[in-house]
Amino acid sequence: MLAPIFHILPLTTIRRRRVLPVNGKVLVRAGQKVTSREVIAETLLTPEHITVDIARGLGVAPKRVAEFLERAIGDEVAQDGILAKRSGLTSRVVRAPQAGRVVAVSGGQILLEITNQPYKLRSGMPGDVASVEPERGAVIETTGVWVQGVWGNGRLNYGSLTNIADNPDHVLTPKDLDVTQRGSVLLAGHCFQAACLDEAAEIGLKGLILGSMAPNLVLKALNMPYPIIILDGFGPQAMNSAAYTLLSTNVSRETTVNAQPLDHFLGQRPEIIISLESTQGGRVPRDIDKFAEQQKVRILRAPHTGKIATITAIVPGLTRFPSGLRLPAADVELDGGKKTLVPLANIEVLG
Amino acid sequence: MISLNLETDSLLAMEIGSISTRALLFDTVEGRYRFLAAGIAPTTANAPLHDVSEGVRLAMDQLQRITGRKFISADEQLIMPSTPLGEGVDIFASTISAGQPLRILAIGLLDKVSLDSIRHLVGTINAHIVRTISLNDGLRAESQIDAILQTRPDVVIIAGGTNQGASRSVLNMVNALGMALHLMPEEIKPEVLYVGNESIAENVSSFLEPLTHFWMAPNIRPTLETELLGPAEIKLTEIFRKIQTRKVLGVQELDTWSGGKLLPTSSAFGRVIRFLSKVYDVKKGVLGLDVGASATTVATAHAGQLRVNVVPQLGMGVGLPSLLDHHKLEEITRWLPLEVPDEQVVNYLHNKPLYPASLPATQEDLAIEQAVARTIMRTAFAESQPGFPQDMPLVGSHYLLDPILISGSVIAQAPSLAQSLLMILDGIEPVGISRIILDKNNITPALGAAASLNSVLAVQVLDSNSYVNMGTVVAPIGKARHGSSVIRVKVQYDTGQENAVDVKFGTIKLIPLPPGRIAQLHLQPLQRFDIGMGGRGKSGRLRVVGGTFGVIIDARGRPLTLPKSPERRRELLNSWYRALKV
Repeated sequence: MLAPIFHILPLTTIRRRRVLPVNGKVLVRAGQKVTSREVIAETLLTPEHITVDIARGLGVAPKRVAEFLERAIGDEVAQDGILAKRSGLTSRVVRAPQAGRVVAVSGGQILLEITNQPYKLRSGMPGDVASVEPERGAVIETTGVWVQGVWGNGRLNYGSLTNIADNPDHVLTPKDLDVTQRGSVLLAGHCFQAACLDEAAEIGLKGLILGSMAPNLVLKALNMPYPIIILDGFGPQAMNSAAYTLLSTNVSRETTVNAQPLDHFLGQRPEIIISLESTQGGRVPRDIDKFAEQQKVRILRAPHTGKIATITAIVPGLTRFPSGLRLPAADVELDGGKKTLVPLANIEVLG
Repeated sequence: MISLNLETDSLLAMEIGSISTRALLFDTVEGRYRFLAAGIAPTTANAPLHDVSEGVRLAMDQLQRITGRKFISADEQLIMPSTPLGEGVDIFASTISAGQPLRILAIGLLDKVSLDSIRHLVGTINAHIVRTISLNDGLRAESQIDAILQTRPDVVIIAGGTNQGASRSVLNMVNALGMALHLMPEEIKPEVLYVGNESIAENVSSFLEPLTHFWMAPNIRPTLETELLGPAEIKLTEIFRKIQTRKVLGVQELDTWSGGKLLPTSSAFGRVIRFLSKVYDVKKGVLGLDVGASATTVATAHAGQLRVNVVPQLGMGVGLPSLLDHHKLEEITRWLPLEVPDEQVVNYLHNKPLYPASLPATQEDLAIEQAVARTIMRTAFAESQPGFPQDMPLVGSHYLLDPILISGSVIAQAPSLAQSLLMILDGIEPVGISRIILDKNNITPALGAAASLNSVLAVQVLDSNSYVNMGTVVAPIGKARHGSSVIRVKVQYDTGQENAVDVKFGTIKLIPLPPGRIAQLHLQPLQRFDIGMGGRGKSGRLRVVGGTFGVIIDARGRPLTLPKSPERRRELLNSWYRALKV
């Protein structure tokens, strides 16, 4: 049976193809070092337009407008720049109401694309530009720590990693937060208080890593100016021990929190990346696997939600669970030695 | 090449769901078509593979192991037609509901007229309208252009103007769309479907055809009073197929194997419901309801008139947190037969979308899942009712439905059929007399897809024991005191044995009638209750065929009301469940 994989890796090669949704301008070159917030490409993704009625402005019939145009399709024009001019005794001029680019002329009117802020595509992780795709983007590569999460608030930033969770069960309170953490990324356990999120914004955190969060904080978290990543799920649950152990041993390292939303279709998950100088490239992570004995897995649902375990046997046939469902299952040993049965549908392989 | 030997054609059907891929084998047994076996594997349309082929191969491998029949040749090709050695199949059909819903931009004249018709049209497939533009918006042309550019839809559908009706306003909006298309990069240009005023169709076509992939179908609103969706549905299905084959690897091959007839799962499901409406009692409508992982499909038909409504983001996986945007938590938790803290239910609604393929292992998780399934069924059913076919028979404000066909793993694969039945009764609240059919193997879309290739097969399988006939529900409606009798049922079995029972308001009572056995029922509503046999208090006779639960007298009243006290409510829910244990 195909096994889903989630990644908690101490040293791996991380490669990301980062491209614009439409053609634009690439701002980096192959071999260049980039930070996670560095803009690697940009384009005008949501252009705005205005129509300028040239025929009316010049007082001519629409079909005669072409005779008087001072700008062609594709031309840039500054605010108040001349779009069309009729000379003679009754000379008239039509000017651009805003700076922009002429994109169409039709029916005696000019369609002007207004110059507005371009969409900026950021690197999303620190590393080297491995290759460039002209007009679209680049492939960024690094080696280091890679931890995937399950929910993110869509923000991206980086800072030095600070651990305020003395164990994976830690519950974040406003008292845990103070100005000395300004500019850092906090490893912080479970959060159920809105005040914590506000306080974190107040002191200028660059990122918040949680094992879990109360669901009623979702809307607030989405509006926070810093990235928030949840590694395990919603409701009170401890951070999985594999992620906690790995992250808590990387304190003070520059840590990127890319809290991009989970997208099952694209395979996009929120993630934490800590670049490490390594003479050996870490192994390239697997994307897909099959369930097998001795695999480390994470349990996704009750009664052992978030626990890390090792598969000791794949149980043949179907197993009846307390719910009454008969499902393909595995015998697993939880960290700590307890043995239990879990449905294969409820585990992910730690890859 | 498709074989036309209707006597012996075997069928392999592939259903690509958002979570599972099913390979379903149908063949003749003792001269009649039967569903034989299914191979199931995870769908691989999503990351990391982005190719349905691996899931298809794994599902076929499993089917091959179960049946001992070989389907794929050494060179990885489907063996079709079947060989004298019994390898391969004669026909192949495929349906798909995996992949992201299509993003639709709807352009129409009036919100309550042409845009409503586009909404009905879009409801037939897994798609959602991401933006509408109409005269009601009062947008200037440049704002319309910007809206189109920012939306970046997969498909633009333009409607508006009755035939010979408004044309200038439609052309103005087409002009804005043309401008936007002119400005779009080639790789993101949408498919455009025009279903508006036919008198200007030629103008629209000549203007838009050079700019993008242009499609046209007859006006979906030829007059203000009439709506004509059929031809536009066919075109939209073609567009869906084209986009899916482009977006999801491996779909092209499935389409080729199925002779270019790959269908959206919802369309195939709807075909079966329409067929049933032609062969069953015209005094009632037919309902099909499929609770999927990413969407719920409600198909209703009456005398051949079909309406399909796919409610995207309303499934047992994605979109669950938004249930709380439209429902109070109590609307879900009131269905819990055991004590579960509210927080646990809210956490479930947020965690399940993170792992949509996960399954309940504990009793509490199962109870939550089944409570959510009831809420989803009730929501989808209620949302779809305004679009039901015209002239669907009613008793009061309740539709008369017979049969009711239900599919979806959460119901069909419940640990017991009693749980399945109770979810259906609570989720639909049927009234009058309805047969309940459970599609335990999720074969309905396959039959719909196969119907155009081998109609005999579809008819015979529908008539076989491949479905679970749960029984006939009799649900009287009216007002009475709890505990007072509201219906008297006399049963005359085919053995000559007779039985009579009075059923009290607020209870469910089973009258045993094993599958295949036949009985005559005499139903006599009391206290002027209505069972859909001609009016309040009207009694009647009918012949029923047995099912797993025989005859189910659901005298709980409509709408169902549950006690406010959690303890009393749980006690009542459990008593109903006990009443269904056979």
